[in-house]
Amino acid sequence: MSERIKTGDGGIILTNAEDLMNWARLSSLWPMGFGLACCAIEMMAAYASNYDLERFGIMPRPSPRQSDVMIVAGTVTFKMADRIRRLYEQMPEPRYVISMGSCSNCGGPYWEHGYHVVKGVDRIIPVDVYVPGCPPRPEALIGGFMKLQEKIRGEHPLAPELFLEMEAAETVAQ
Amino acid sequence: MTFQEITAIISSQFTDIEIDADAKEPQPVLIVPVEKVGEICKFLHEDNRLYFDYLACITAMDNGAGLNTMEVIYNLTSIPYGHDLMLKATFPRNIPGDPLPSVPTVSHIWRTADWHEREAFDLMGIHFEGHPDLRRILLPEDWEGHPLRKDYSVQDRYHGIYVRYEAGAPGAGAPGADTPGDGAFSEDRI
Repeated sequence: MSERIKTGDGGIILTNAEDLMNWARLSSLWPMGFGLACCAIEMMAAYASNYDLERFGIMPRPSPRQSDVMIVAGTVTFKMADRIRRLYEQMPEPRYVISMGSCSNCGGPYWEHGYHVVKGVDRIIPVDVYVPGCPPRPEALIGGFMKLQEKIRGEHPLAPELFLEMEAAETVAQ
Repeated sequence: MTFQEITAIISSQFTDIEIDADAKEPQPVLIVPVEKVGEICKFLHEDNRLYFDYLACITAMDNGAGLNTMEVIYNLTSIPYGHDLMLKATFPRNIPGDPLPSVPTVSHIWRTADWHEREAFDLMGIHFEGHPDLRRILLPEDWEGHPLRKDYSVQDRYHGIYVRYEAGAPGAGAPGADTPGDGAFSEDRI
């Protein structure tokens, strides 16, 4: 540290607002703090000190109002489906969903005879990243977050849909 | 106390009731008429020689359309005496649409029977006569049918969500589905 003395005349980072915004978003993904089944145990392990999701700026929030991402960690029953849909609707946009494990991806071992299991959480809410496994290891969940970060990195959050449509209409008109 | 001794006490108490004992299996069973379950259980609970103070489990069984019967099985334990008893009642099953088969409740004798009977009602469709609060316990209140029945067929949708795996798969046709595989989050299905 001693050779890097703070002089007060620091450097300049040149970027554009979109990249800066994306970088900020993907660097502090706050998942909603809830789990549904055994996948949640792996999710908790990923939060805890061995895997330490905090180093990616990922920390669970106790309220959907403060959350950016929902990790559906476990078996989604029909009784739970209404609640999950409501929690998703309570999250502010932009919001993302990670489907963790076979159950929430496609029904998992309950796909045929599990009358009570929703055969994939994507039947009730849109999913951004699917993490395979039964349950996925914490590394796999971290991999899912990396994928989501990649996705966010390529987004255009400053241009609303309506603006893009207007722009496209204008180009066609010219 | 042995199974034979318990059977003897019950038979001498209920002389007018036909009580079968099946001691061939490793765990002997006392088979009683279904309408007398409440009466017999009350005696088993209150009698000082037996003192079955603990109901370990209530199991419900569906024997299917062949035998056309259902069963409820009670596993009792006396904690101070350390003896056990398995009690079984068989009764005809109903076809869909008919009233559910009825079994007298034992929830006023053992509080634990309250939830056990609700579970049997929820999953097997057995009505427990005299139960104070016979609601579904595991499945949602508006679920259709009783899933552990042999003749159960699952409903097509629940709150707009396809229940079967195939029905919601992309490209798979589903009965009553206009455009299968897309619009799964649209308002009309909620």
